[in-house]
Amino acid sequence: MIAGISIYEILTLTSILFFIGIYGFITRKNLISMLISIELILNASVVNFVVINKYLYPDMLQGVFFSIFIIAVAAAETALAISIIINLYRQISSVEVKDTEIMKY
Amino acid sequence: MNISYTILIPLIPLAVFLLLGIFNQKIKPSISGYIGVLGLLASTILSFYTAYQYFFIHEKVDGVYQTFVEKTVWMNFTETLHIDMGVLIDPISIMMLLVVSVVSLMVHIYSRGYMKDDEGYTRFFAFLSLFTFSMYGLVLATNLFQIYIFWELVGVSSYLLIGYYYTKPSAVAAAKKAFIVTRFADLGFLIGILIIGYYTGTFDFETLNNPEGSAILNWASTSFMGLSAITWALILIFIGGAGKSAMLPFHIWLPDAMEGPTPVSALIHAATMVVAGVYLVARLFPMYYFVEDGFVLNIVAFVGAISSLFAAIIAITQTDIKRVLAFSTMSQIGYMMLALGVSGYDGHEGVGYMASMFHLFTHAMFKALLFLAAGSVIHAVHSNYLKDMGGLRKYMPITNITFLIAALAIAGMPPFAGFFSKDEILVAAYEHNKLIYYIGVFVAGLTAFYMFRIYFGIFWGKDTQYEHKPKESPLSMTFPLMFLALLSVVGGFIPFSEFITADKASFEVHLNYPLAAIAVGVGLAGIILAWIFYKKENNLANKFANAFGPFYKWASDKFYFDEIYLFITKKILFKRVSAPIAWFDKKVIDATMEGIGNKTVLASEKIKGMQSGKVQDYAFAFISGVVVLAIIFIYLWTN
Repeated sequence: MIAGISIYEILTLTSILFFIGIYGFITRKNLISMLISIELILNASVVNFVVINKYLYPDMLQGVFFSIFIIAVAAAETALAISIIINLYRQISSVEVKDTEIMKY
Repeated sequence: MNISYTILIPLIPLAVFLLLGIFNQKIKPSISGYIGVLGLLASTILSFYTAYQYFFIHEKVDGVYQTFVEKTVWMNFTETLHIDMGVLIDPISIMMLLVVSVVSLMVHIYSRGYMKDDEGYTRFFAFLSLFTFSMYGLVLATNLFQIYIFWELVGVSSYLLIGYYYTKPSAVAAAKKAFIVTRFADLGFLIGILIIGYYTGTFDFETLNNPEGSAILNWASTSFMGLSAITWALILIFIGGAGKSAMLPFHIWLPDAMEGPTPVSALIHAATMVVAGVYLVARLFPMYYFVEDGFVLNIVAFVGAISSLFAAIIAITQTDIKRVLAFSTMSQIGYMMLALGVSGYDGHEGVGYMASMFHLFTHAMFKALLFLAAGSVIHAVHSNYLKDMGGLRKYMPITNITFLIAALAIAGMPPFAGFFSKDEILVAAYEHNKLIYYIGVFVAGLTAFYMFRIYFGIFWGKDTQYEHKPKESPLSMTFPLMFLALLSVVGGFIPFSEFITADKASFEVHLNYPLAAIAVGVGLAGIILAWIFYKKENNLANKFANAFGPFYKWASDKFYFDEIYLFITKKILFKRVSAPIAWFDKKVIDATMEGIGNKTVLASEKIKGMQSGKVQDYAFAFISGVVVLAIIFIYLWTN
């Protein structure tokens, strides 16, 4: 509960954050940038969990716990993605999205 | 009487077949011949032992030979309707066992000489054993279905052996023809079996053949198109038998089957397999006799008589000696069918049945002998045609004498085997149906004529100059000739009516001297005519043939039966029926399926660009989809 700020404002903020992430994921030309965009999406949802927990069900803790889980999963996922990207770099000496289009019809 | 050991009689040849078939390449030809002969020798000894036990040791009950059955249920449908596998021992199955054993053993021994140095020697003996196994199984069958299974097995072995020289196109064609024609007739057999199974509820010979049994007493309970269903079934079963026995109009495969090696012709297409049809009718004889008061037997008699006349006329005009013998076989089987057809059931009334089985027995011996002797001649001069032969008596004395004995036997000259059996057949025909009797006598004359025509043509006639001097065949080939010649001489003295009768009770037969004299006279006339025509090279026969003109031409072209079949199949069936169906299949059914496939490929060609491989495109599509769904669910899905 933050005094003077209603749930709507925070949810608007997280929505904006979420769509920035999506926009970045679709438009960035670099795999690392795409990864950062995914982090933005995840963080937007983490904030949503916390805010909804705090504003609507103040006497419960599930949302908070869930956000901790998401942070852990996000860390693991980042580690995995980074390792894939490093391996890819060793193969094709590039982390550009346009160089990874060989898996098509 | 314990008969369980008789199961070994068919199983030994089966084991030999498996042994020779599996280790085909590993067994030396010299050894495989011995294995085949020894295996069959064991079966033969067992068969003779069984016959001895059955006829001489085991007592008749009330003057009637008992039937012994040993079987296990193989497929169970209902309480009474089940398919069994087993062995059935009664007089005719024992007689067939002896016929198959003796002829097959002789052919095995003969083949060791005849097939010597042939590439497929082991394969040949393997197939011979397979055939012998199937024939034993057919003979010993306890029920209609078992006989049908082995019926098809002998068909397959016949197919394999006719097509033995599989590099020769004519042999392959003949093998296919034999298989397809008999298979076509077997369709009738199968339908007949199913009808019998449906209406009587059993396949068992014992139950079916019991004159007081329900199958025979209730034959009239159902009717279909003027005849009872059981009658139709018996007609259909007879069609199957006619196919196997080369009766009109299913005979066309038999002359072509002569493409096979000569021992095969002797074993399968003269002595054993082709008489399976006769055996089938004899096996079901009480049914044939009692159902519809013997209506089907009349059909059997006339089909037999006409086939026998028809084949005898064709045989006169053929120049290939094996084909003459093939038509002669068909003619003699017609005789057996005719005898069954005019037979009664009780006591002396059943003389036709006895005569038919008697003739089957003697015919197997002398016809196998004729074929083997012909094979010996062919082996020496390397040709099937009469024009390449002549004057061979100087070179091949044993073949000459044995062939003469067989020819006298088939011509019905006393005291050779054929005289006795033919006489009984004519007696039966005379007592029952005069027309059939006259046909029979006429055919007897024709038989004597064509048989001595080829005898004089081969061993006398013109003095042909041979490139290689023909010489007598080795002992392995002449021994079976001499053995079978011996049987052809003494076979007629077996008191057959003691052992084999329709009602299984013995009766006495006496020679009917007037009828016998007529038959012998007609036979002698045939022989003398042949002697005049063919003893010395002269033009009489040609003049005679020219006098008959078109009729001779028809007969030598086998009355155009092959052409009629070809016309029906090629011009009518293939062109008018099969071709439109094939068109429908190709243009409608196949085309629909292919069209669906082609359209799918085309559509996927169009949309495959969507699979761009860019992960961001996929993400965009996914998120757009989510947004669209969200819009739909939130704003448009209102109710």
